[in-house]
Amino acid sequence: MISIITLISVILLMLGSFFFIAGSIGLNRLPDVYTRLHATTKCDTLGQSLILLGVMMYEGMTFTSLKILIIAGFLLIANPTGAHALAKGAYLSGVIPCENTEPDEYRDLCAEVDDDLAA
Amino acid sequence: MGLPVKRKKDLVAVSLTFVALYLYWVVLSGILDVVHLSLGILSALLVAYFFSDLLMQRTGRGYVSATITRVFRFVPYLFWLLCQIVRANIDVVKIILDPKLPISPCIIKFDPGLSGDVPLTLLANSITLTPGTLTLDIGSERSYYVHCLTQHHGEELLAGEMHLRVGAVFGGDDA
Amino acid sequence: MIEFTVTALLLVGAAVLSLYRTIIGPTLPDRIVAVNVIATCTIIIHVLIAVILDQPMFVDIALTYAMLSFLVTLAAARYLATGRVFV
Repeated sequence: MISIITLISVILLMLGSFFFIAGSIGLNRLPDVYTRLHATTKCDTLGQSLILLGVMMYEGMTFTSLKILIIAGFLLIANPTGAHALAKGAYLSGVIPCENTEPDEYRDLCAEVDDDLAA
Repeated sequence: MGLPVKRKKDLVAVSLTFVALYLYWVVLSGILDVVHLSLGILSALLVAYFFSDLLMQRTGRGYVSATITRVFRFVPYLFWLLCQIVRANIDVVKIILDPKLPISPCIIKFDPGLSGDVPLTLLANSITLTPGTLTLDIGSERSYYVHCLTQHHGEELLAGEMHLRVGAVFGGDDA
Repeated sequence: MIEFTVTALLLVGAAVLSLYRTIIGPTLPDRIVAVNVIATCTIIIHVLIAVILDQPMFVDIALTYAMLSFLVTLAAARYLATGRVFV
């Protein structure tokens, strides 16, 4: 006899791992670091939320599942912030986006700043 | 924000910070006996006294009620954002698993017309989590530089309602 | 109980796929992004281990690991942007 809650939790776990694996495949298929960040950030954030939600449903209302909720909330804030910081760092360290990136308005801003520093 | 000026400790801010920190302590320790609970009170009081300015930023009279109003207006926004996140993932997974890999990346400038640290951060993180867009940098004059996975996503962001919703959460005032 | 083990194994598979990008990744940011994905997988696997072995201690380890990996990401981004970590 499988209860409804177990069924929902299994579905959430499987969906979450599907998104994780899709994110990893995207990490290997996409052409440059910025598009790879797209794949990993979105898929990892949703994947971890779904898996942790499934674990919480299995656990029920305990201190452990409150802690898991704190982890989920923290990752929900930390993942996009880290991706933003990494994207900016990658651009400033001189990684060029793949050749069909058009238009690139950030390059113009960086060029202006370089001109100001040179002057 | 600004220079660290010496200010009088605000009792309301200190006690609200204390409540938040103490709840966090109880959840993390998970042991409900006298020793752990009193240790929690001690450390939460110390941290709340010294660092209450970091959690509760004073923005004039009545900032406590303003914060509470914002929290209540934030909950519907959170649900809307979760729907957007699910949509974004289905979009991105479709692109990733497509054998032709239909991407046309671009970096666009986007001027939302918001001010204040909290709204800007919330909008930057929301942009990163929603369909095919990734915040690169917040430049001068508070404009965003956004990397889009396809041209279509960029147009959707420029035409979208996200910055209006974030503005509505914060009620137009400077947070 | 078997579902948690299967999920953990699938996450190990995702981490191995990211490890491939870590090895071949042409630039340093690529490698950091891939390591970040492995860190997220590790956090989730820790939580799953806590449920599988019925040891709530692993959830605390996962929480600490999450905060540390966020710090590492920020430090790496700072290193990429400015060429130094401290000061």
